[in-house]
Amino acid sequence: MVTTNPVIDVRDVSFGYGKDLVLDRINLRVARGEYLGLIGPNGSGKTTLLRLILGLLPVTQGEIRLFGTPVQRFRDRWRVGYVAQKAASFNTAFPATVEEVVRTGLTARRGLLKRFTSSDRLAVRQALDRVGLLPYKDRLVGRLSGGQQQRVFIARALVSRPELLILDEPTVGVDASAEGQFYRLIRSLRKEMGLTVILVSHDIGAITQEVSSLACLNRRLFYHGSPADFGTDEQLCEFYGHEVVRIVHHHHPEEGEGA
Amino acid sequence: MIEMLSLAFMQRALVAGLIVAVVAPSIGLFLVLRRLALYGDALSHVTLAGVATGMLTNTYPVATGLAFAVAASLGMDWLRQSYRRYSEMAVAIVLAGALALAVILLSLAAGSTGEIMAYLFGSIVTVSATDVRVISVVGAAVLLCLFLLYKELLATTFDEEYARVGGLPIKAINMLFYVLVALTVALTMRVVGALLVSSLMVVPVGAALQVARSFRGALLLSVAFGIASVLAGLTLAYVLDLAPGGTVVFTAVAILLLILAYKRLRRIE
Repeated sequence: MVTTNPVIDVRDVSFGYGKDLVLDRINLRVARGEYLGLIGPNGSGKTTLLRLILGLLPVTQGEIRLFGTPVQRFRDRWRVGYVAQKAASFNTAFPATVEEVVRTGLTARRGLLKRFTSSDRLAVRQALDRVGLLPYKDRLVGRLSGGQQQRVFIARALVSRPELLILDEPTVGVDASAEGQFYRLIRSLRKEMGLTVILVSHDIGAITQEVSSLACLNRRLFYHGSPADFGTDEQLCEFYGHEVVRIVHHHHPEEGEGA
Repeated sequence: MIEMLSLAFMQRALVAGLIVAVVAPSIGLFLVLRRLALYGDALSHVTLAGVATGMLTNTYPVATGLAFAVAASLGMDWLRQSYRRYSEMAVAIVLAGALALAVILLSLAAGSTGEIMAYLFGSIVTVSATDVRVISVVGAAVLLCLFLLYKELLATTFDEEYARVGGLPIKAINMLFYVLVALTVALTMRVVGALLVSSLMVVPVGAALQVARSFRGALLLSVAFGIASVLAGLTLAYVLDLAPGGTVVFTAVAILLLILAYKRLRRIE
């Protein structure tokens, strides 16, 4: 099914803590099938924008729509998979197996007072298989390596079969081989599940080669377009973070990658 | 042993003790994993103030204790929002306030020192038939809620933010959880006393966390250690004529130490 609505539609959103604006009139549309790298320096408002999109902060100015529905009325939360930055810093002494952790990703979808079903168990196994952790399902999650733990949280985000996957600084704190493995995993997920992916990073490095579009945020949106154009415009990289506003807002074509 | 089981007061003690042995560590596991191990302590002092109120006003003390605990658990949630950065402050404030109130009320209700001691240190052997009925009904209700909300409680305990992103009604779930804690504290207090309530909620859990290989396992082991502590503790107390509440909790601590020692020895080998 192809809907014409963008997966995410951010319109004129401003947000501040107290008087200071953290986000200033942000407009951003993410098309179905897009693989967006959202980059910006530390403190540029990336996490705030994410929290608004995820419904963790109230939208006070402007409007955010998810799959066409205003975020405050959006109920099908299972359609959005989320891997938090701090997922890597959870309580490693928590006595839960990999399987138990991934299953928590189905809690809301199954509904209050309902027990998990055999199809839920199957979904958990499939999600674990996708990230290559099925053999580890009975291990305590705190005993795995950092890269493996990250994949557990990706599996938890995937288990509800979402259409949009949002990852906040996923490669922070994992080693180079885990990073390479991570990008390969996202590539295969996009191919197999047709996922729309947003990857948030403060590092322009590796992600420019992976994503299909880049958005550059520093209180305002400075750029949203193809990574190739961004790379050639070195000036923009320099201005990045300064008061010079250059919105090159050509919308990313829906090239149907995986969608 | 057989003789012990034929005494009516020991039968009541065992029934009440076993119910508490199942309920207290199950709720305690979630409490410990939410890093609120001292929460039970604060609530037990609130319950004590409630019991004192009951004694003063000639109402059934277990009932007033229950009511106080539930009210305080909701109040603590409100206090915690005022001290977002220091959530343990809410626990400390409630503990201090409740203990002060309990001391004042208990001194007003003076004359029944034995009764006061019973609630401070527990007196499982004076558990009445009414107590057993109340403990059974409320205990069953707590376990039923735990069973029905197991997946929600696990999800919110493991990662509250993720549960919120998923659309779970976090506020309602947390509120209900604190009410369950309050009920558990009030029940447990009748058995081991105000000063030892949180130990029965925390110590078996501490032992279980040392050996558990899954969350389910941690829950079942916590309960198993709770039951073992109550059975062994009550028997010891009966045979050696010791204070039952203290003996039960001391048995739980002994189990924990044995497990720690065993793990240490295995590592050395």
